[in-house]
Amino acid sequence: MLRPILFLVLFFGLAAPAYAPVHAQELTLQTILQENSDEITKPKRRTVSTALDALVASGLPQVTQFLEQWQDKGVWLREDDGLYFYASADGGDLTLTDIDTGAESTVPKDGFKQLKPNGGVRRVIATALVQFQLSDPDLARRETAVQSIARRPEASQLGPLLASVDGEPDAALKARKIQLANFLSASFAEDPADRIAAIESLSTDTSIEARAVLNQILNAKPDVAPRTDAGPEGNIARELKPGSDLSSEDAYAQLVEAGFAQAAITPAALREAIVSNVVEGKVGGVPTAQLNSQDNRVKAYTALAEDGIVPPFVTAEEREAAIEAHVFFEEYSEKDPAITTAALDALNSIETRVAAAQTVDLTLDALSLASIYFLAAIGLAITFGVMGVINMAHGEFIMMGAYTGYVIQLFVPDYTLSILIALPVAFAVTFGAGVAMERLVIRHLYHRPLETLLATFGISIALQQLAKNIFGTQARPLTSPAWLDGAWVVSDVIQISYIRIAIFVMALMFLALILFVLKRTRLGLEVRAVTQNPGMAASMGINPDRINMMTFGLGSGIAGIAGVAIGLYAKVTSEMGTDYIVQSFMTVVVGGVGNVWGTLAGASMIGFLQKGIEWFNPSNTLAAQTYMVLFIILFIQFRPKGIVALKGRAAAD
Amino acid sequence: MAQTPKLVTLTTAALLASTSFAMAECADPIKVGVLHSLSGSMAISETTLKDAMLMLVESQNAAGGLLGCEIEAVVVDPASDWPLFAEKARELLTVSEVDVIFGNWTSVSRKSVLPVIEELNGLLFYPVQYEGEESSKNVFYTGAAPNQQAIPAVDYYLDELGVEKFALLGTDYVYPRTTNNILESYLIDKGIAPEDIFVNYTPFGHSDWATIVGDVVALGEDGKQVGVISTINGDANIGFYKELAAADVSADDIPVVAFSVGEEELSGLDTTNLVGHLAAWNYFMSADTPENAEFIAKWKAFIGDDARVTNDPMEAHYIGFNMWVNAVEAAGTTDVDAVRSAMYGQTFPNLTGGMAEMLPNHHLTKPVLIGEITADGQFDIISQTEPVPGDAWTDFLPESAVLVSDWKDLGCGMYNTETESCVQLTSNY
Amino acid sequence: MRKTFISQHPSVLWFLAILGLFTVFVAVMSEASGIGLISTSMVKTLGKTLCLALIAIAMDVVWGYCGILSLGHFAFFGIGGYAIGMWLMYARTESIITANLSSQVIPPTPQEVTDAIGNQIFGVVGSSEFPMLWAFSHSLTLHLLMVVLIPGLLALIFGWLAFRSRVTGVYLSILTQAMTLALSLYLFQNDSGLRGNNGLSGLQNIPGYEDASQASISVAFFAVSALALGLGYVLFTLVLSGKMGSVVKGIRDNEARVRFLGYKVENYKLFIFTLTAIIAGIAGALYYPQAGIINPAEIAPIASIYLAVWVAIGGRGRLYGAVIGAAFVSLLSSWFTGGGVPPLNLGFYTILWTDWWLVLLGVAFVCVTLFFPKGIGGLFDYLVRKPS
Repeated sequence: MLRPILFLVLFFGLAAPAYAPVHAQELTLQTILQENSDEITKPKRRTVSTALDALVASGLPQVTQFLEQWQDKGVWLREDDGLYFYASADGGDLTLTDIDTGAESTVPKDGFKQLKPNGGVRRVIATALVQFQLSDPDLARRETAVQSIARRPEASQLGPLLASVDGEPDAALKARKIQLANFLSASFAEDPADRIAAIESLSTDTSIEARAVLNQILNAKPDVAPRTDAGPEGNIARELKPGSDLSSEDAYAQLVEAGFAQAAITPAALREAIVSNVVEGKVGGVPTAQLNSQDNRVKAYTALAEDGIVPPFVTAEEREAAIEAHVFFEEYSEKDPAITTAALDALNSIETRVAAAQTVDLTLDALSLASIYFLAAIGLAITFGVMGVINMAHGEFIMMGAYTGYVIQLFVPDYTLSILIALPVAFAVTFGAGVAMERLVIRHLYHRPLETLLATFGISIALQQLAKNIFGTQARPLTSPAWLDGAWVVSDVIQISYIRIAIFVMALMFLALILFVLKRTRLGLEVRAVTQNPGMAASMGINPDRINMMTFGLGSGIAGIAGVAIGLYAKVTSEMGTDYIVQSFMTVVVGGVGNVWGTLAGASMIGFLQKGIEWFNPSNTLAAQTYMVLFIILFIQFRPKGIVALKGRAAAD
Repeated sequence: MAQTPKLVTLTTAALLASTSFAMAECADPIKVGVLHSLSGSMAISETTLKDAMLMLVESQNAAGGLLGCEIEAVVVDPASDWPLFAEKARELLTVSEVDVIFGNWTSVSRKSVLPVIEELNGLLFYPVQYEGEESSKNVFYTGAAPNQQAIPAVDYYLDELGVEKFALLGTDYVYPRTTNNILESYLIDKGIAPEDIFVNYTPFGHSDWATIVGDVVALGEDGKQVGVISTINGDANIGFYKELAAADVSADDIPVVAFSVGEEELSGLDTTNLVGHLAAWNYFMSADTPENAEFIAKWKAFIGDDARVTNDPMEAHYIGFNMWVNAVEAAGTTDVDAVRSAMYGQTFPNLTGGMAEMLPNHHLTKPVLIGEITADGQFDIISQTEPVPGDAWTDFLPESAVLVSDWKDLGCGMYNTETESCVQLTSNY
Repeated sequence: MRKTFISQHPSVLWFLAILGLFTVFVAVMSEASGIGLISTSMVKTLGKTLCLALIAIAMDVVWGYCGILSLGHFAFFGIGGYAIGMWLMYARTESIITANLSSQVIPPTPQEVTDAIGNQIFGVVGSSEFPMLWAFSHSLTLHLLMVVLIPGLLALIFGWLAFRSRVTGVYLSILTQAMTLALSLYLFQNDSGLRGNNGLSGLQNIPGYEDASQASISVAFFAVSALALGLGYVLFTLVLSGKMGSVVKGIRDNEARVRFLGYKVENYKLFIFTLTAIIAGIAGALYYPQAGIINPAEIAPIASIYLAVWVAIGGRGRLYGAVIGAAFVSLLSSWFTGGGVPPLNLGFYTILWTDWWLVLLGVAFVCVTLFFPKGIGGLFDYLVRKPS
């Protein structure tokens, strides 16, 4: 922290007044705007600065307001005389405000055009506004200014920024200003020693901005020069070896571009030259019918070249020799080696930290994915594990839960309240559906497990189509409450959205709840008894019918709650169930049937595995999924009963 | 089993009453086939187009039909099943004997239908933006070719937003793959280094976006302005935008321009956190023209729901259908070859202003619009180009730069200008 | 021998007779013969239905007779389709390319021909490299062999691993489902070399028969499909008669007991699994040239589940039941979703069958499972009183 303050002191003297007001007679904002009307009406990012410079140079007090209004699309153009107004639309009417006098009037919208500067122009405007906003009494404006500097850092901002640090009352913003000043110093300070000092101070900062600053300093361009003993001149980043660091085609292309060698003849150019030089059915003495091999074409071409009709053919040996005679390297655009060395050291030290942080981030992502799989699968694990029943409609129970959440949000507009209502209601709805399904269908099929699979599949397609008929095919919004928006940000590398944390916490709660129900309640005791030996349990006075019904309802109810959670982070459609059903089965099977811990292990393994494979091959998520399924197939071959094997009814099939 | 389900078509005859007197002399109605999925995964997008077609047919009948005949819409459901598209197309052309087909959304369904349409010399109007690299004598492409959507959007990124590093995110299928290939080649032409182009493909309906969004944010680490070009399709967008909003990626830091996200897709989302992100289309519902206002009013009345939105493929059907009607009137018959010749040079006003013209390569000239997402699920149009002529074969891939399509004078959809020969008369499927 | 076989299995004779009559009837009534009472699209639909019936009897053998509920047999069906599709695509493209290149000033080099074909086939999916997978695509013979060998080998390896580890029942079902999921995910990748989501298309154009009309091609394929179905039916009846059949049914009813009797249960299961996979591959190779396009969505897990649905509705454990189930459900389904059934007006609500067909199918399926476990085929028991 000491060093930035040092810079502050150093640069305080440099901070000149931002602009010198020009006092012109009867200069109104409107006249300046009219002089630059092209750039005001149809601004382009690259050219808008001329208009902005004119505006800023005028020194008029209205300029700040105009720029802010312009940025927020609040400026309108009257098309017949080209005058500009502030305006706000209200139905078919506009409330106009004169730019200079502030006089208000209401007119119909026809004949007016709203100015909509694009994102690039808005950013340039924001930069122009920085000088007015940096020391504005309004905190929000100052924050905007600082954000704008961060987005488009320029050398000229360093002075004003440093000047504004001392007077900054807000502690957080002050720290941010100092940090930014540090970044700017590293890039733009005049004295190399200051820059190196600033660069060194960045070596512990893993933020993307810090890395951006360093990478910008280390920006290097590839170049080529004839090979000499002294080696190439300038601040060389590294030498590139043709063959390993760059392909020989690229190397040769670079030579051609630099004018050190003659362009190679591509097969297409070769063909072109031959086709345009056919004389009496022959090219360079070779009959056209024989030109169906590359060798003969080269022969014909060489003959043409000897006659001087086409440029000579460049052989592979000639290319090799040309590459050999030159040295390929990357040169820093920064001339001072001391600075680039310092930046390289700082960056290396950051990269180590970043790699560690990335591992942590990946672990968080994997945990989150695992918790989603766990939530989706745990209901299935209960029904499958305890009762040996495969419920193909499990995915549709997830969907029912999500739609329940959607319907409740239609009636309860407060998102927090609606989610709090939706969770128990979704549980109740799917619990009911599960019990109904057990009573009507599954009860009759306990001795035919494979047929429950098919019957529940029938229910699954019927439910899916029903949902489509009721809610339509469009995805429906299920919006999370505002306090779940955003992400928990540890650093620029490690962050995870609150909604995922909420799902993780929810998964933990359900794990605890289910363990509690199974291990500490009467129902759980009975469920475990029925799992282990239904006949014996029945003779002990337990009613297996009731237990099966309750178990099935419980499993389905949890699926409903999982549906609300999944809908919050992804989408609510009639087909969302199918996305999770196969994954859920695999989670249960890999984990081992009939055991909550098994499901947890299965979900963790699949979640971590998927993220791990994605990390190896980040550009192809589909491949990651393929490999994961393959892995699961192999895994089951070697542990057919899953990670946590269990004895009992389910284990015996 | 011998009972053959011959009438496998849903005929819409509800429109008979209002117009029957004017068309007394007409023995058979003119039949328009509508080949859009009404069930399965694509129903989400295509059902709207079926309704749009029914609306267009209804209003044409109210205006006196066509050639003195009533128009009858023959609606079939290919159920998002690609082989079924070929089967239903054959049925439409041989059993129902339709004069023209309006249909398809996905490229693979179009590729499935192509051999059938070409074999039976049918006529198809295809309304969705697509990857190009195809030209069929029997298909009119009323959606955008890559040079009418992707290339102008990238130009906007380069010129206006100053983007220096690109993340091309797409769903793993042919449209994103080909579009991204074209864009990569275009960007390298424009001086963007290959290592500054990050490409990622995800499966249909992907929902786990945290890592990918994190990767995109991390692209900014070398201090270059990052921009995302999204060809993510359908439902997967919802998870993507939710994650984007959660990671607080503002459009000012990392803008996202989408080619497959329109008003329909946004209706499944809360857009307050997405304000400022972009989409490129040839039409936005917010276009401020009298034609558009009338179209929207008609649509809302037809569908009986004030909340329903209009979108780009609907406009494509609107232009395509009206051009076809005009071409039939000009030709005086619904014969496919006569109508095809009459189609060239047809003009019809766009809903966004200006005129669309049908070119000899079976594409339209259309303006390219770039819109920013607003909090109410609409787009604020911030850039509109002059009409751009659609190009079947892109100029930015070496293999297709030498190809042109001209069915009017050259009579060939895949003409190699280098060897001056027609590569093939059928399209490549 | 033949006499005893037929007298033991009268249903085979009945089946072959009906199938033969039906084939002749369709061929005569088709557009190819000039009568045209049955449209070409209908002939294609019927031909495809026969192929589905063929894979359905394979499914019936593996599930209804051997008790392995495989939820992955459509993977083999799809592999058969891809194997033949690769040749069809290559050969068609090659003839277009050579025709074009031969018209030019100088003859093409072999490299140019390969490049042009590669660009034509893979340019659509954004690459132009010829993947290794296509190394034999010029040879019809090799690809016909692949139709049989690849599904067979895959089934052999998969089955050997699974049966060896004694993965049974529901676990095996899920494992087979994972297998077809992995295959479809793999094929969905554009980098797979099989054109990703687009798959292989234009398969209805048979190279070498460019001048033949689709009407005659469709009848030819219909007849071949009928032949394949007939042969498959006879083959499976033969396999399932005698001691082999008894052991297989024994495995279904009580695997452990058969094992204790000294039979190598794993070998029997592996044989049935592999044989049915090969038949499924052949069915696929006949199906996709009629459908015109094959893509990964065809082998998504849901397809194999539907296969089980057909067999269950038709009636398990009887081959003709599987045929009836496949034909009945798939034709009915295309009738309902095609809008052939008039909407049902309930007064307060009009049921459009395109929307409600799946609900109806789902409910019907539950009812069949609950109340008619013998399926439609079970009705025949009431017609033909068997002495046993």
